[in-house]
Amino acid sequence: MLLIPCPHCGPRNQEEFAYERTLDSVVRLDDAPDVALSALYTRANLRGDDHEIWTHAQGCGQWLRLTRHRMTHAIHSVEPL
Amino acid sequence: MGAERYSALALLRGAMTGHRHWGRAWRAAEPRGPYDVIIIGGGGHGLATAYYLARDHGVRRVAVVEKGYIGGGNTGRNTTIVRSNYRQPALQRLFEYSLKLWHGLSDDLNYNVMFSPRGALFLGHSDADMVRLAERGDAMIAQGLDADLIDRDAVARLVPLLDMGRDARWPIEGGLIQRRGGTARHDAVAWGYARAADDLGVDIIENCEVTGFLRDGNRVTGVSTTRGDISGGRTGICVAGNSGHVAGLAGLRLPLESHTLQAWVTEPVKPMIDTVVMSQTLHCYFSQSDKGGIVGGGDPDFFPSYAQRGAPLRLDDSISQAIALAPALSRLRMVRTWAGVTDMSFDGSPVIGETPLDGLYVNGGWCYGGFKATPGSGKLYAHLLATGTSHAITAPFDLARFAQGRTIDEVGAGPMPQHR
Repeated sequence: MLLIPCPHCGPRNQEEFAYERTLDSVVRLDDAPDVALSALYTRANLRGDDHEIWTHAQGCGQWLRLTRHRMTHAIHSVEPL
Repeated sequence: MGAERYSALALLRGAMTGHRHWGRAWRAAEPRGPYDVIIIGGGGHGLATAYYLARDHGVRRVAVVEKGYIGGGNTGRNTTIVRSNYRQPALQRLFEYSLKLWHGLSDDLNYNVMFSPRGALFLGHSDADMVRLAERGDAMIAQGLDADLIDRDAVARLVPLLDMGRDARWPIEGGLIQRRGGTARHDAVAWGYARAADDLGVDIIENCEVTGFLRDGNRVTGVSTTRGDISGGRTGICVAGNSGHVAGLAGLRLPLESHTLQAWVTEPVKPMIDTVVMSQTLHCYFSQSDKGGIVGGGDPDFFPSYAQRGAPLRLDDSISQAIALAPALSRLRMVRTWAGVTDMSFDGSPVIGETPLDGLYVNGGWCYGGFKATPGSGKLYAHLLATGTSHAITAPFDLARFAQGRTIDEVGAGPMPQHR
């Protein structure tokens, strides 16, 4: 189980959080079509550290940026987005 | 090569001689190139691909490169359910092609894969569920698949241990059963294909992890591995769970995200449930293995991970659902839980086709439905690797479908892999 240190609420159980997507897969309104397509439908899917967007859905409701290892589940940083 | 045929006579002979004549089921092959086809991944799909390449297409110089041991990945981690009860015609064709191969697979391979067409039952918990199941059944029958919509009494007769009470946590209103569906012995599928492929001259190279690709411009000419470089004509990625990682070694981004899926098994008991019971409303599924354990699973962990272990949170979901559906399960001890890594795709359907690199092909993105597709996936991927063009059944599952708006989205959940 993950213990995610929410910058607003302190360390909380994984159950309160929801994963959204990786930081590099946010589709922006002015993106070129190929960039938008890549962000919408593909992922680097790294077997290592990646930057992710989560939300503290069952807590403060804030959006968070996590840097997390996909193999060890180690959480290196949690910052407000 | 030239493995002894398994038969009742061979067993009898063994009985006379202390069973000392059994040899290895497949050779421990060393890498020796060049090969016509290199398949990355020695799971069920990769081994089946190698077998059909050699048997149906006459491609004999085939290598299967496996980072661990045969049967140690997702082939040995699934819940062994086989069915083709999908709604989208493209998915129906793919999984039905596979289901037809399951019937008769043990004879084909001369290896008992213990395929047991005991019926795959979807439960309906409300009027709305029953409408959806009726629609699904109609869609299946329209494609020539077998589907029976059954009422509450028929469900109760089929699986007497289900809680049929009106005050049950999840009342059961009826179900949709595909009687030709069932289960198979997952390890035996990998072992059977490995033995049969080896018998046709395929090199199965275990403990050999791919670390990169050999390139000549835009063409892939082989793989670098922990046991040296291996050159080949065509290279097929077949590593569902790790497709993103392996394709990343070639600089590709796939429409996949790797997630953890867990399963559990109880102590073995006498036969108590002889049907595969599934609820898509709850997302819980369980069946009894031939050894007697109740094997079950549920949702994935809802965040990306390559770790082959999951959180108790999701286990708790599927186990509490199973116990609510069949209260007698609460008396059984759970002996083991485990997790596998699944390629979750952006429309819930697999990805089978060519990549932007010449000579490199991909077969992955099976979400959590790969085991049932093993024979069909292998045979159709062999067609692609032998001829360079997709079979009509797999053509809709190419990588280009996302850019062209041809997604095959059974659930209708949009491009979010964690919501499948």
